[in-house]
Amino acid sequence: MATRKRTVVYDVRRHPELGAGGGIVSAPIVPVEGEVASDYSENFSGEHMLINIGPQHPATHGVLRLVLELDGETVIRCIPHIGYLHSSFEKLGEYRDWNQIVPLTDRMDYLAPLIYNCAYAMAVEKMMGVQVTERCKVVRVILMELDRIFSHLLWLGTTGIDLGAFTVFLYTFQERERIYNLHESYTGARITTSSTRIGGMMADLPAGWIEQLQSFISNFPRTLDEVETLLTNNAIWIGRTQDVGVITAEDAVNFGLSGANLRASGVAYDVRKDRPYYDYESYDFDVPVGEHGDIYDRYLCRMEEMRQSLRILQQAISRLPGGPINVSDPRVILPGKTATMNDMESMIHHFKIVMEGVRAPVGESWFSVESSKGELGMYVVSDGGSKPVRWRVRGPSFINIAALPHMIEGALLSDVIAVNASLDIVLGEIDR
Amino acid sequence: MSNDSFRKGLEGLDSGPAGSPRETPRVEAPEGGIPAHPTVDALRIQFGEAIGLHELVAGDEHVVYIDPARAFQILHWLRDEPGQQYDFLQDLTAVDYGNGTTIQVVWQLWSIPNRLNIRIKADLPLDALEVDSVYYVWRAADWLEREVWDLFGVTFRGHPDLRRILMPYNYTEGHPLRKDFPLRGRYSRAEQTQRALSMTIEDHYSAIELAVARRIGQDLPEVIVEGGTGLTDSVGMGSGAGDI
Repeated sequence: MATRKRTVVYDVRRHPELGAGGGIVSAPIVPVEGEVASDYSENFSGEHMLINIGPQHPATHGVLRLVLELDGETVIRCIPHIGYLHSSFEKLGEYRDWNQIVPLTDRMDYLAPLIYNCAYAMAVEKMMGVQVTERCKVVRVILMELDRIFSHLLWLGTTGIDLGAFTVFLYTFQERERIYNLHESYTGARITTSSTRIGGMMADLPAGWIEQLQSFISNFPRTLDEVETLLTNNAIWIGRTQDVGVITAEDAVNFGLSGANLRASGVAYDVRKDRPYYDYESYDFDVPVGEHGDIYDRYLCRMEEMRQSLRILQQAISRLPGGPINVSDPRVILPGKTATMNDMESMIHHFKIVMEGVRAPVGESWFSVESSKGELGMYVVSDGGSKPVRWRVRGPSFINIAALPHMIEGALLSDVIAVNASLDIVLGEIDR
Repeated sequence: MSNDSFRKGLEGLDSGPAGSPRETPRVEAPEGGIPAHPTVDALRIQFGEAIGLHELVAGDEHVVYIDPARAFQILHWLRDEPGQQYDFLQDLTAVDYGNGTTIQVVWQLWSIPNRLNIRIKADLPLDALEVDSVYYVWRAADWLEREVWDLFGVTFRGHPDLRRILMPYNYTEGHPLRKDFPLRGRYSRAEQTQRALSMTIEDHYSAIELAVARRIGQDLPEVIVEGGTGLTDSVGMGSGAGDI
């Protein structure tokens, strides 16, 4: 049988600029040509073995189970098994009215809950033809960009741990704690935020929240720089990530990858740019695009995305308008307490919304936003009642992880952990 | 009226959510007709009769109904035709309106070069839930088709490995997202527990893995090793998870 060997471990030519500044680059790590590869084949060739990684394994980032057929240390076949966290959210949604589904959404991606809250509300609003207020739009942009950073930080920390860089985890989780505090002071919850409602938000931003956010924005770049110092030129990091888990642009599109995983392969597709929502076309930000489609480029893309999110956050804060956060449409938003008690019409609306829920006209919408993990699509179908006929989530992780076997078959066992980490999955949303 | 809709939610627990009216609800066309979509016109010229209704929903989303018998041809053409280039399969899913006659399969496409969306739908009668697989057109369809098979029971002809994905491999209660499927499942709680506890090691593996294990002469690896000899024991005795 043909021996598989690791093709490239460390390539200085790819980043000549790294050689100028630091001495790290001059230290080669692993010799890969010739001897090592033939050792593999002599000792291990032909000894096939079936092993199970997960479902309870920290490196699978949740209850993912991978069954690997190995030839020595080389992965011949990888079969992922999912469903261990299946909670039948989509089925449950058919028994809930439109607003009651919001708490289900943040339990899918508990690493970026606000993006899911917002995406769901936006899909239903689009289907119903509800235009949210200007303030609500900007607040949602702030929340979504904040959670993009939130999720990327977790990705960075845990991927660092998987590849042996423990310090990064401490740095990123310290920053995540600040975002947790922002979540908590706005929504009352750290993870299960459930903050959106059809037609607006559950409440306006509390006093002092924007100042708290601003202090995060001004302190965060320093941590990001420190993490970059730890990783970007780090010989071990480069050795473990460059040219590992490569997927070509053509394959990435065919497999339906999205988010940083797709852009690292050189495909410039970002929902915020291609189908702008909430005036994203008027924000000044760049979308980083990689070139090699390997773990290292995914890392660089996500690092840059965090910086770009900071830019968007700053612009959003500076343009945050005043005014109401909820629409005044009594079909979707509860009237105020005073109005309900004093005005017959408001009382009727209040009663209808509480007893029946918001009613959506016949229609449907497939609406997607750029979540931290890729394109997050929400498909909602209404038959005119107060409960959906179908609520479907196109989870980016679900589709990204399906490409895992394609990326690791033929690679080494140790790369499985690295590639799996680099895809940035969350099992809550894969299993739904 | 409000009383009805309130009861509607409770009833469903045992019987499945109340279905929609017998007719699949249709969105009314906007005044002044539906704006043209370049792909829809091209589809009509290319495939004629196989292209059905064209709808506009949610303001700007174009939906085209097609003849399920020609699904593969049409979808393949949409990806490969130079003028269309729908190279990105955003989503593949199904909708059961609960009208007892059809299940709708939905393909949501995006063209990265042309920056255009289109949604293709096909109505499949309940007694012939079969449509062509697009696995070899977009590999993204692999898991999506498995999911639709698992949850709705739609068979995708030509999919190389159509098996359950979210539900266990030995699940026999049917296809959970169908409208006639009760929220609590078809079996009693006692029976469900009993079935979960009596899973064998083979139930945790797909046919491919069983074949590989036979070929290399290896026992199947335990699924959860800690605290017992497999999933059965660790669940039954409540050890395992507690130790961590």
